[in-house]
Amino acid sequence: MAAGQKSLSILVIDENRLRASVIETGLREAGYDDLTIVHDVIGIARRIEEIQPDVIMINLENPNRDMLENMFQLSRAVKRPIAMFVDRSDSASIEAAVEAGVSAYVVDGLKRERVKPVLDMAISRFNAFSRMSRELDEARSELEKRKLVERAKGILMSTRGLSEQQAYALLRKTAMSQNRKISEIAESLITAAGLLAPPGEEE
Amino acid sequence: MVETHQITAGFMPLLDSAVLVTAKEMGFAEAEGIDLTLVREMSWANIRDRLAVGHFQVAHMLAPMPIACNLGLTPLAVPTVVPMALGQGGNAVTVSNAVWAAMSAHGAEENFDPATTGHALRKVVLERVSQRKPPLRFAVVHPFSGHNYELRYWLAACGIDPARDIEIVIVPPPLMVDALASGTIDGYCVGEPWNTAAALLGRGHIATVKAAIWRSSPEKVLGAGALWAEENPEALSALLRALSNAAKWCGDAINHDDLARILAEKQYVAQPVGWTLPALRGQLPIGGERTVPVSDFFVPFAKGATFPWKSHALWFYSQMVRWAQVQHSADNARIVHETYRPDLYRAALKSLGIALPVANAKVEGALTEATPVGSSGASLVLGPDGFFDGGLFDPDKLDAYIASQKQ
Repeated sequence: MAAGQKSLSILVIDENRLRASVIETGLREAGYDDLTIVHDVIGIARRIEEIQPDVIMINLENPNRDMLENMFQLSRAVKRPIAMFVDRSDSASIEAAVEAGVSAYVVDGLKRERVKPVLDMAISRFNAFSRMSRELDEARSELEKRKLVERAKGILMSTRGLSEQQAYALLRKTAMSQNRKISEIAESLITAAGLLAPPGEEE
Repeated sequence: MVETHQITAGFMPLLDSAVLVTAKEMGFAEAEGIDLTLVREMSWANIRDRLAVGHFQVAHMLAPMPIACNLGLTPLAVPTVVPMALGQGGNAVTVSNAVWAAMSAHGAEENFDPATTGHALRKVVLERVSQRKPPLRFAVVHPFSGHNYELRYWLAACGIDPARDIEIVIVPPPLMVDALASGTIDGYCVGEPWNTAAALLGRGHIATVKAAIWRSSPEKVLGAGALWAEENPEALSALLRALSNAAKWCGDAINHDDLARILAEKQYVAQPVGWTLPALRGQLPIGGERTVPVSDFFVPFAKGATFPWKSHALWFYSQMVRWAQVQHSADNARIVHETYRPDLYRAALKSLGIALPVANAKVEGALTEATPVGSSGASLVLGPDGFFDGGLFDPDKLDAYIASQKQ
């Protein structure tokens, strides 16, 4: 940030608290201290009036964007006119933002070079957050699969009197011969065992 | 070999996405060589943005939205054309149970008649003024929407000044019912299934309907990026044919059960069939098991419902001027006139042998009953059209109409 220039006042609206904190951290690390994070839009007009933000960011999944834009247009709560993004000619930035899932509104007359770093930071944090959520989902499903295999092994060990190693080998052999995943075989086996179990013994 | 056109369309989870959804689900797009991808969106702003950055070639749009884009009234707008409407009717005005009780006491009946319900509402509004209560707050989905203009027209025609006597706010459709139940708003004008939902849940009462306020009026349109439409005339024509065939299917009562089921699915409106079916049948709930029939509530195909009338575009523009969203000028009127493109519609659909109106515009309100009109292809019956208060809109007398609104 250029010396002597007042730090930009930034408002982030995000109902996802985790993502909001990821963005907040990023912006604070980059030296933006005049930050307000809100998680819902109740009373947002008054907040905007109090804060008089230079930049407002909201995620695209939020259904309240139409309400927010209407508020900007009526300009009652908002004393200074607000435009979307920095300027229309910066189509690469706009596209990157829409792809990342964030939209930014900036007060009129703010220079591009002052807002661009904020927007770039938001875009990269949004993308990082999506990546993180995806990885988390994958890890979760990996864990689920492992749990299924453990349960299937347990069923084979108790019903067939196999050792843990033999039970796993049987699952793997069946999966290979049927060209399916071990977790799928495990799931079928658990379902079948549940159906065949005498009443009261499921789970 | 048929060339395949890749087209991605954005839509909002509302009943009037039916034509787009049907084009995909019932194979009409595929039959025209279109690989149609539908993307469900959360706001009209998203639809506009993603059309602007080229993620969408076309989209389900509020009929006045492309006009607002071309007039430069919204952020991030790109030139957008309207080669087709996606049907007529479809909206209603729902009020809270408390407001309905007060309206009933002032003579409102359960017949959706705009004049009597509107006058009852006026008495409620006056009563609140004399009791020094805050004005009623109504919600619409977007400032540039048929909902906003219908609601305001209805109120103003019944002697309620929408700018002074009532507060109008923006609320996204899926949040309307909760906002009504919590008392944040006292009423709203929205598309389906959100009126039916409030009535079935016992949280509100349907007061009147778009189909009665402005008869035979358009609700959603197909918005297409002007540049894309210009560079891909064959893809656009193929899409319009697919949508016309889909609209015809949607209009056939025999398909309404299937359509209600498809729309209820998770990737589309994602609401119960019990909420999607009543409007398709034109039977709106008013509490308990009771329903009221509405003629022309859901009109996806008949009466030239997909034709992009320039008179519709110009009436929306007259309302933008009326409610101070834009200044009237000859240049602006010309931009609006060029936004709706009946020429593209005719060029694409000529080969289908369906009824094509000969005119590009009509006097709104001239047809007091269903009337055969000049057409090519099949014969065409239009109307009744026009406004519940007997107002006429002649697009050739736009200046005079706009001047007459300043009272």
